[in-house]
Amino acid sequence: MCGIVGLFAKSPDVELRLGALLGAMVTQLADRGPDSAGMALYREPAALGSTKLSLFSSDPHEAWAALGDAAVHASHAVVELEGTADEAVARVRERFPHLRVMSAGDRIEIFKEAGHPREFVERFGLAEMAGSHGLGHTRMATESRVTTEGAHPFSTGLDLCLVHNGSLSNHNRLRRQLRREGISFQTENDTEVAAGFLEWRLREGDNLHEALERCLVELDGFYTFAVGTADGFAVLRDPIACKPAVMAENDDWVAMASEYRAIAVLPGADAAEVWEPEPARVYSWDRARV
Amino acid sequence: MAVADAIEAVDLAVTPLRDLNQRLHEPDPAPRWRIAHPSGAHAVAVGIDAEIEVDVDGHVGYYCAGMNKRATVRVHGNAGVGLAENIMSGTVAVDGYAGQSCAASGRGGLVVVRGDASARCGISMKGVRIVVEGSVGHMSAFMAQKGVLAVCGDAGDALGDSIYEARLYVRGSVASLGSDCVEKELRAEHADELGELLARAGVDADPRDFRRYGSARRLYSFQVDDAV
Repeated sequence: MCGIVGLFAKSPDVELRLGALLGAMVTQLADRGPDSAGMALYREPAALGSTKLSLFSSDPHEAWAALGDAAVHASHAVVELEGTADEAVARVRERFPHLRVMSAGDRIEIFKEAGHPREFVERFGLAEMAGSHGLGHTRMATESRVTTEGAHPFSTGLDLCLVHNGSLSNHNRLRRQLRREGISFQTENDTEVAAGFLEWRLREGDNLHEALERCLVELDGFYTFAVGTADGFAVLRDPIACKPAVMAENDDWVAMASEYRAIAVLPGADAAEVWEPEPARVYSWDRARV
Repeated sequence: MAVADAIEAVDLAVTPLRDLNQRLHEPDPAPRWRIAHPSGAHAVAVGIDAEIEVDVDGHVGYYCAGMNKRATVRVHGNAGVGLAENIMSGTVAVDGYAGQSCAASGRGGLVVVRGDASARCGISMKGVRIVVEGSVGHMSAFMAQKGVLAVCGDAGDALGDSIYEARLYVRGSVASLGSDCVEKELRAEHADELGELLARAGVDADPRDFRRYGSARRLYSFQVDDAV
């Protein structure tokens, strides 16, 4: 089943409360996905010449201090390292090979974990986090194991992440094809393949809109996707619209969710414009537009 | 105020949904209800079997007024998936839009959607009458067996796919017709039927502006060409 949510702040007040509001949205969709939960938040950019990394350790006693100034959230930590993303990731892999890089970029921070969404929101202290926009996911696993690595969001490109409700049927063939194109994968999960597919298309020169439209041609299966980028987010449903989606907007925010009840917790939701996104149509918001 | 005019007010921000539905299912429920703060909850006012009126102020989730019998349920907001699914009789009306599979497998009664209804509106309908003031999504009236679907806006792809005997009326464009669904002449009796239905739904539209679609009845007997 799975539940997905997205929230884009249009006012400073919503930016300040972004983590709390997304946490409330994710908790509302706990019964669509009680296995695992995850969130991607787009926050303050890294210092010039540095890269922000989200790291995961399966060791509850991880000595995060060895990485320097790390913001620790349960099993994850966010660090800023000097250099490009490639350099920063390479350094972590060399010096701390047991750590898993969940995201890399200028603004993105990803947190995800197996377990109930409500506990996830509390354990990671998400209510305290501000940001410009973010995505969340509650997972009911169908295609791969219930692990932290199999939880969403998936990030394969810089500042790029994807949450998915549905399942893909041609992910094994696509994964092989994308590996030949140089895209690397960390799991056997179908959603990670969709994220990798987007990374490949963006690398080949598509813009996000074009890359998502290409999904309609190449991906077999059913899906509602929400995709986060440094500047905003986009939503796409498969042509048959197997999986539900609702969108809403007012002067303070733009939101999407699998079900309206996740939007109902947002301030002013009663009076917001609410609609169901059409199948096979790309919807997107970014800071330049709002 | 006379007892008969009293309105039962239920605030779903305070009252558990199950309590509300159980009260609606009691042998002799109050005649008028006003439900506040549905907040997208699923299964609001399902399974009523009584001549009562229920007004819901806000957006509802899945399966609102499902299996409705005799009652009038009005949603002053939007409805999620499966509004009035398997409706038996009575009326269900939504001010906003309705999600997928609106009035699915409905056997009787009237369903009115003031906004758009999305994909699979009236799927497997078996006698329900549906009026959508806006447009409907793809695969609407899929396997429709009996009843009427009137769409004042446009219809998406594959309208009436594998349709049996339901009658479909669309005022706007039809993206494509499904297998065995064809356009048919809108005769006087159809205009009368549609005019009466639109009036009952409170829709101001001229039935002569609609086109009629229905079954070509080619799928009634097995033909090997259809199996490919």
